[in-house]
Amino acid sequence: MSTIAMPKPDARILAEAPQIIAALRDALPAGTVISDPEETRAYECDALTAYRCPPIAVVLPRTTEEVATAMRICQRFSVPVVPRGAGTSLAGGALPTADSVVIATIRLREILEIDTTNRFIRVQTGVTNLSVSAELEAEGFFYAPDPSSQLACTIAGNIAMNSGGAHCLKYGVTTNNLMGVRCVLTDGEIVEVGGPFMDSGGLDILGLLCGSEGQLAIVTEATLRIVPKPEDARPMLIGFDSAETAGECVARIIRSGLIPVAIEYMDDVCLRAIEAFAKTDYPKCAAVLIVEVEGSQGEIAHQIERIREIADELSPVEFRSSRNKDESLAIWKGRKSAFGAMGRLGDYLCLDGTVPVSKLPYTLKRIGELSKHYGLEVANVFHAGDGNMHPLILFNANAPGELERAEAYGADILRLCVDVGGCLTGEHGVGIEKRDLMSKQYSAEDMAIQMDIKDVFDPDWLLNPAKVFPLDVSQPYRDRASRS
Amino acid sequence: MNPNSKINGPTEVFSPNDDAELSAFLADSYARGIPLRIAGGGTRLDLGALNAQQTLTSRALTGIVTYEPGALTLIARAGTPLEEVEQTLAEEGQALAFEPMDHRGLLGSSGVPTIGGVVAANVSGPRRLQAGACRDHLLGVRFVDGSGRKIKNGGRVMKNVTGLDLSKLMCGSFGTLGVLTEVALKTLPRAERQLTLVFSKVSLQEACTIFASALATPYEVSGAVYHQESAWLRVEGFAQQAAYRADRLKALFRENQIDVIADEESRALWRDFKNVEVFAQSSEPLWRILIKPSEAPALARSLQLLGGDVFIDWGGGLVWYCGSAQSAEVRSAASAGRAVLIRQGARPASDRFPEDAGAISRLSAALRKTFDPAGILNPKLMGD
Ligand SMILES: Cc1cc2nc3c(=O)[nH]c(=O)nc-3n(C[C@H](O)[C@H](O)[C@H](O)COP(=O)(O)OP(=O)(O)OC[C@H]3O[C@@H](n4cnc5c(N)ncnc54)[C@H](O)[C@@H]3O)c2cc1C
Ligand SMILES: Cc1cc2nc3c(=O)[nH]c(=O)nc-3n(C[C@H](O)[C@H](O)[C@H](O)COP(=O)(O)OP(=O)(O)OC[C@H]3O[C@@H](n4cnc5c(N)ncnc54)[C@H](O)[C@@H]3O)c2cc1C
Repeated sequence: MSTIAMPKPDARILAEAPQIIAALRDALPAGTVISDPEETRAYECDALTAYRCPPIAVVLPRTTEEVATAMRICQRFSVPVVPRGAGTSLAGGALPTADSVVIATIRLREILEIDTTNRFIRVQTGVTNLSVSAELEAEGFFYAPDPSSQLACTIAGNIAMNSGGAHCLKYGVTTNNLMGVRCVLTDGEIVEVGGPFMDSGGLDILGLLCGSEGQLAIVTEATLRIVPKPEDARPMLIGFDSAETAGECVARIIRSGLIPVAIEYMDDVCLRAIEAFAKTDYPKCAAVLIVEVEGSQGEIAHQIERIREIADELSPVEFRSSRNKDESLAIWKGRKSAFGAMGRLGDYLCLDGTVPVSKLPYTLKRIGELSKHYGLEVANVFHAGDGNMHPLILFNANAPGELERAEAYGADILRLCVDVGGCLTGEHGVGIEKRDLMSKQYSAEDMAIQMDIKDVFDPDWLLNPAKVFPLDVSQPYRDRASRS
Repeated sequence: MNPNSKINGPTEVFSPNDDAELSAFLADSYARGIPLRIAGGGTRLDLGALNAQQTLTSRALTGIVTYEPGALTLIARAGTPLEEVEQTLAEEGQALAFEPMDHRGLLGSSGVPTIGGVVAANVSGPRRLQAGACRDHLLGVRFVDGSGRKIKNGGRVMKNVTGLDLSKLMCGSFGTLGVLTEVALKTLPRAERQLTLVFSKVSLQEACTIFASALATPYEVSGAVYHQESAWLRVEGFAQQAAYRADRLKALFRENQIDVIADEESRALWRDFKNVEVFAQSSEPLWRILIKPSEAPALARSLQLLGGDVFIDWGGGLVWYCGSAQSAEVRSAASAGRAVLIRQGARPASDRFPEDAGAISRLSAALRKTFDPAGILNPKLMGD
């Protein structure tokens, strides 16, 4: 059994389910509302698959206006709404409750405008992250945030989670690349926030919406900043015989004035899994860094030389820089298949706590000690340049008690991240997974003001009400909302 | 409360020494409904029309708390002079990439700009178009809200999606949501070399076309400004990198007559651009207008018809207008963008910020009420 509690479903709403479904069906085009358990099964969980629950119904609108219609009906019946994109959240952000309606923006798939003169693209938010860049390919531009799930995840989910990726070190995360949104408030009002200009002058409501985990509004359109593609990019691979030295190398590279596009780290557990399943020729050592630089051929050669000098001082067991496309692919291959390879080893829990880069060696050491304490193996593969860790805790879901043990270990790691000056989550969001740890990072007042803001946007607490804030902390807010 | 924190002047000034003093002071002002003018550097902010009996300054909240060049992070108390921050970074070859401007020339003021003021005003210079605004480099804040609650949000790490992002909201809220006590910022390496391409005898329309082509190249153009028939493009990087980038751009615009300015001379030029020195000698009202870059030429034409001069930054995305036109006329000409009044001049007081549309205005007002229930922080500066 799993350990994260959800509130008891509201009996009144369960009893009214037939009327709610009928009202939604009446108001929306045929095929928009599904409630057959066979069909809603696909929506009963996200990528945090240990937690599942079918909703009352799933609404699949094709326009912003349809989202608004659905939202208005849900407000009329006081039904909780779970916004959903592609359902790749690792934090349970898109997990329904039995008394909720899922509004999924996945069918809002239009590319509305590409403007290379003003450097933006406007899309409906059901488009996938990768398809945005694909759309821009011919124009010589791309959309920078690149979560590893980019083939599947949608811009809606990216905005809600403020997602990042390997290239964030240079280009920033979603919030740094988002210029405007069109969204639906809980009373069905459609609102434009920001737009194709470089600041709005007023309060930064756009910045507040980004990363709000579907707590404030349903986002249906987005204006995204686009960036010219670099002339070329090339990775290098550096192997070290200690995690500490690899960490030191990261800090020295950044200190030297270079900002590579990506610095990825893999430890020995991860390297062994990759070796077994992905057939790469990575060196056998304690830690491998993949560092990617970009620019013209001359710029690339110059940066590789500087990084080689820095690495050489730390006596790497191997330094390899790519000379062509094939070698680049070979260097990235293992990293890209790391999650898949880890999956072959068994079940895993993927955390994403972030720590100050200078605390990486200490944090890695403590994670290792905790691994012995809990008797569970852990692999570390992460974005090292910005301290965004991804410890993967390996466990066997079929062994009684192991999920609980893995979750307890994970919670200890996240507490450790906060203790060394970092945070609970660098890119996956709080969702339900880290909900109950929020009090570790934030005081009662820190959380109260965030919930006050939710009150401003969602006075009835209908959007994702049981997430982000610990249940006991949000209880008074949810009670007050349901009484009014 | 420390009795020395009270300084007597024309209006009473209070300078808390820490979070606890600030929180007690704000809780008391909240309970008694006393409107406050929130100041960073103190003397310089010309908020004449502000209906406030007391001034609350961050001048005693100074000092760099942590600076880790290897982690690209700096944490400073809000009243720390910007100059101290910039100097500390320069010693390690780093800088604030968003290039905050110094308003003293424009405003004829003489106080000390603070890092908290920079954050509160989301002050971002020419490099904003390539590196992002102040808000993009802000990692976390500590502040006290209008009822005395001590709040922290974000942190000191580069990636953080834990809970709602209040740091962004505080950035650019001009002291209307709370008083900042500490800010954490991302720092970046200062470029080894800087080169500026100077285009002469170009119209604004031509300049905007040049900007759009230059900004579509991979050469990371980090500045694009225009004033009176000249346009300037800036490239930066390691020595060879900057040279390569400048060469490629020269080749791209080979039809144009281009001069190149390097390093110290170039840096001095961009310091003036950043501070909008061209309008420092004037005392006419000064507007800062955010707009879609391709609409800059049309906007500039209609503003010039009203009399006065324009200076264009951010490749067209930011239009500075200095002229005596009525506020209503300026706002109407700039209706496609967002016009903020930076310098009142001799004009009678008018709203500094544009009015927001329906829902945004309602949400903004509700947010202000949440953070400042008694309406005591810079009352009416950004709207009701
Ligand atoms: C293998 C794998 C790798 C991953 N790698 C990364 C990575 O590198 N970086 C990273 O940041 N994340 C990563 N993720 C996490 C996940 O992909 C991201 O959080 C992604 O942005 C979620 O997008 P989605 O469309 O699947 O959203 P969903 O999972 O459907 O929803 C995510 C959250 O957004 C809310 N939401 C969805 N749609 C809307 C809307 N229209 N309006 C308002 N709120 C909405 C939901 O309520 C939920 O809280 C990974 C996940 C997997 C499974
Ligand atoms: C739209 C706009 C209007 C401006 N108007 C003026 C002006 O009229 N006169 C002038 O001298 N400069 C003005 N500036 C310049 C700006 O104030 C300075 O560039 C910068 O903020 C310098 O910091 P300071 O410490 O002097 O801040 P100040 O000039 O003292 O304050 C700037 C703003 O930030 C707020 N603030 C300062 N410190 C804090 C804090 N710790 N917590 C919360 N809020 C804080 C103030 O209330 C004010 O709204 C303006 C800038 C902009 C973008």
